[in-house]
Amino acid sequence: MIARAQRNFLPLALGLGSLIAVILLVEVLIRVGLVNRFIVPMPSQIAGAFERVILEEDIPHRFLVTAREAFWATVLLAIFGVGIGVLLYRVKLLRDATETWVAAMASAPTVLMYPLFLVIFGRSENTIIMMGFVAGLPAVILKTIEGLAGTRRVLIDVGRSFKLSEVQLFWKIYFPAALPTMFVGLRLGMIFALINIVGVEFLINFGGLGQLINDLAERYDLPGTYAAICFVILVSVCFFFVTDRVEKWLRPVD
Amino acid sequence: MAETGRLIAPAGQPSLSPVTLVRIAIIAGVLVTWEAVAASGLLFRDVVPSLLVIGRATAELLADKSYYWHLGVTAGEVGTGLLIGGLSGLALGSNKLLSRAFEAYLYYLGPTPKIIFFPIMIMWFGVGPASKVAMGTISCFFPVALSAAAGMREINPVLIRVGHSFRASTWQMVTKIYLPAMRLPVINGIRLGLGVAIIGTLLAETKLSNRGIGFLIINAYSTFDMPRMYALLIVLFVLSIGVNALVGKLGGVDSIRRA
Repeated sequence: MIARAQRNFLPLALGLGSLIAVILLVEVLIRVGLVNRFIVPMPSQIAGAFERVILEEDIPHRFLVTAREAFWATVLLAIFGVGIGVLLYRVKLLRDATETWVAAMASAPTVLMYPLFLVIFGRSENTIIMMGFVAGLPAVILKTIEGLAGTRRVLIDVGRSFKLSEVQLFWKIYFPAALPTMFVGLRLGMIFALINIVGVEFLINFGGLGQLINDLAERYDLPGTYAAICFVILVSVCFFFVTDRVEKWLRPVD
Repeated sequence: MAETGRLIAPAGQPSLSPVTLVRIAIIAGVLVTWEAVAASGLLFRDVVPSLLVIGRATAELLADKSYYWHLGVTAGEVGTGLLIGGLSGLALGSNKLLSRAFEAYLYYLGPTPKIIFFPIMIMWFGVGPASKVAMGTISCFFPVALSAAAGMREINPVLIRVGHSFRASTWQMVTKIYLPAMRLPVINGIRLGLGVAIIGTLLAETKLSNRGIGFLIINAYSTFDMPRMYALLIVLFVLSIGVNALVGKLGGVDSIRRA
């Protein structure tokens, strides 16, 4: 047991230790002048800039703007992604004809369509929401189909033996059985959507957290830029951690 | 015995399957709708140009020599980024201790939007192609490293024991046991990495560059040359999906799956 604990402790210590060592090394290299402080700010300066960025740059409001965009993109994903997934599952011919297209769309660089969306929706939140929606759509569709197709035969037979209508069969059998996989798709879709939302905010200099990074970089506020990037990473990590936990909680135990 | 109807189409007249027919119907439906919207004037002029105009723009783009120069610049940036990011990701992911030490960081940092690092890359590497290569490198590092780590974890211990029982050297273990056993996840990681490296590089080009396909796209937007923008996006999508499929084919992902 002790050997096992040691085996687990070593990688953990190495990971955390390396991170702290790199931060300290950068601080020292900048202080002795080996790294230009006008290119890389000191980690202590970055830590100090957090409070300033949060208070002066209205982080709570920007966070809410990005969260609102992510929320609407998720609502669209849940309505259209799950809806299209259910439709494709029900109509097999349509599924056979289009499933490979949806998979190909997942590997296409759709985010590069943002100039096109700018022309259609203008430099507004709508462009950002639609870019998030488009990026997440294939994952939600594919996982919805996978979830519904994976419903155990015995559950469907039980439903039929109770003479459930097609609508009842969907809501009482298919939907609960497919829910964990559908959530995996929705989670993936939300991740792609969030990446695109923050990315497009940065690129078009509009919206919440992405715009903040662009703003600070254009003002050449280096500690602020780094602090804002750290903040966005922190938000992303928290988001992925929470959705990861929910996914594990939803996943059935085999 | 009563004669039954002919079920098989006569030789020499290949019949289209229902799936193909549905596909043709969908494509035709989309094209007709597009053309109808373009002709109706419902949307702003030129936002939805006629298919003929887009086709002409695509032909002009493909006949334009400078386009290939820009394509070469982007391909060079993506290729270099993939090489550096892929190799470093492979090196980190293939090492058991390192992958266990950093996998949690990689797992949670992997899905963050990499474009936010672009201001830092500009400061570190300048406004030229180096900052775009760096964006490609950062983008593809995470999927390759995570896939290599997962591949390393899933290697059958029996294979490793067989290697040890044959007294295989470290190099032999790497080339005969580890790499062949990790082939599928590594190829999948490279495919994912290639996709995100293309996105990272091109987004960086749209933000700040005077060369590359990303620059051409944002330039078409700035001059409101919509047919050219559609042409660029169509060609880019075809190239991206094609290269992705080619990597999978060369890596033998399909044959592995069949096995």
